[in-house]
Amino acid sequence: MGNSNSTPSPAAKLAVENVSKHFRTKRADVQALADVSLTVGEGEFVALVGPSGCGKSTLLDIMAGLTAPDAGRVMADDRPVEGPGRHRLVMFQESALFPWLDVAGNVMFGLKRIPGLSAAERRRIADEHLDLVGLSRFRHAYAHELSGGMKQRAALARSLAPDPRVLLMDEPFAALDALTAEQLYADIQRIWQARRKTIIIVTHSAREAATLADRVIVMSPSPGRIHEQFTIDLPRPRDINAPELAVIAQRITTTLKGYLPKDAAS
Amino acid sequence: MKRALATAVFFAALIAAWHLASTSGRWSAVLLPSPHDVLDYLIGAGGDGTLAAATLVTLKRLLVGYAVGVAIGIPLGLLTSTSRFFEDTVGALALGLQTLPSVCWIPLALLWFGQSEGAMLFVVIMGAVGSVLIATDTGARSIPPIYARVARTMGSEGFDKWTRVILPASLPFLVSGLKQGWAFAWRSLMAAEIYVTILSGFGLGHLLHYGRELSAMDQVIGIMLVIVAIGLLADKVLFSPWERFMHRRWGTGLK
Repeated sequence: MGNSNSTPSPAAKLAVENVSKHFRTKRADVQALADVSLTVGEGEFVALVGPSGCGKSTLLDIMAGLTAPDAGRVMADDRPVEGPGRHRLVMFQESALFPWLDVAGNVMFGLKRIPGLSAAERRRIADEHLDLVGLSRFRHAYAHELSGGMKQRAALARSLAPDPRVLLMDEPFAALDALTAEQLYADIQRIWQARRKTIIIVTHSAREAATLADRVIVMSPSPGRIHEQFTIDLPRPRDINAPELAVIAQRITTTLKGYLPKDAAS
Repeated sequence: MKRALATAVFFAALIAAWHLASTSGRWSAVLLPSPHDVLDYLIGAGGDGTLAAATLVTLKRLLVGYAVGVAIGIPLGLLTSTSRFFEDTVGALALGLQTLPSVCWIPLALLWFGQSEGAMLFVVIMGAVGSVLIATDTGARSIPPIYARVARTMGSEGFDKWTRVILPASLPFLVSGLKQGWAFAWRSLMAAEIYVTILSGFGLGHLLHYGRELSAMDQVIGIMLVIVAIGLLADKVLFSPWERFMHRRWGTGLK
């Protein structure tokens, strides 16, 4: 563990190359990202942390292809990202389950866009993923009948079912209570170990980042830049309450506090 | 049960008051027939097929005109919700025409189509299109943007996105818009049938009109009751299933 790239990166799955992004509003011209470069290896679990306004969500959107950068580009498997695609699926802070479909219907939504899958195969894949997130009993429930944690599990199953190469998560646990979030940390780690997806998660919580990721990338605000990286090589599954994890989280937090205005940091 | 009882008592009282008023002798029976006279008329007209034939003619016009109105209104509403060009052109036109009571189309329809079924259909379509279009437009605009983002990331674009995300997501607005469109179509058709005599079929509106010509108040009130009944029935048959579907899935309207 340390703030360097000591572990050799496996073949780059996702490469962000010199990406910049401005947002022009009536009042100001905000530089959300300034010349950000970053590579994420095959099967790597990376967390982006930073104070609000550091452009971490914008960076995730650009990686997803939902937003186009002003300069630079994103390469996925050595091909430039030109738009969203089912190989890079996104999970958002709100589950955004479609209310007109039941849980199974939501999980099958993306599968319909994959050519050559029969209805029976779609059902089988959906069942398999509902099983993976522990929602088999709720396959016919509607979103409003689920708790917050169950909704995010369903959203996770929906994102995993089309077998994306990269899973992008934008503060997926921020709206959950601590206990529910802890259960989901365990689930995500279990699923990641079983599936070995490349996962990039945006969070404002240093502890959450240290619990989940192999590598924590700390971003600084205005303009958004990559400031420091921490490699976390603790054994998995990790418990967010483990003392050795707290030590690392503390160091990440100290780095984050360095960006606060001087009087607020005291 | 208690609620059904309240409804029954209320309407029984209403009919009793009507009966008392008609037997009081204060008003001529020509102007105020008794409930019994009206029932007699309904039984007679029901028995000789007049009522069934007129209802059939009217419903056919209504359903055909409404279906065409919906088929035009939904795609146009989707267009105006996405394209600024269509919003500023077709959308503005629809908004303007919405302020025009649909009876006002009748003189124009008569001159264009003559005393024909075409005139009838035209009036019904013009009555339905506007409100369906505006409801679809509002519905599509009110969809949480996150749904469209999720759809995009999962590779759903274009036609697939419209049919599998935008349309179902706007269902809550769409159902109320379709209902409103139905009400407008129904009102327009009754106005047209009362106003225009055409030889291709006598609808309920014509029976109402001739009731007046013949000073047959029992017929006028009888037909009015039939028109109300059809309106209620359409609501139950056409729209209630959609509303139940929606409430069940969205978790809205639960008591």
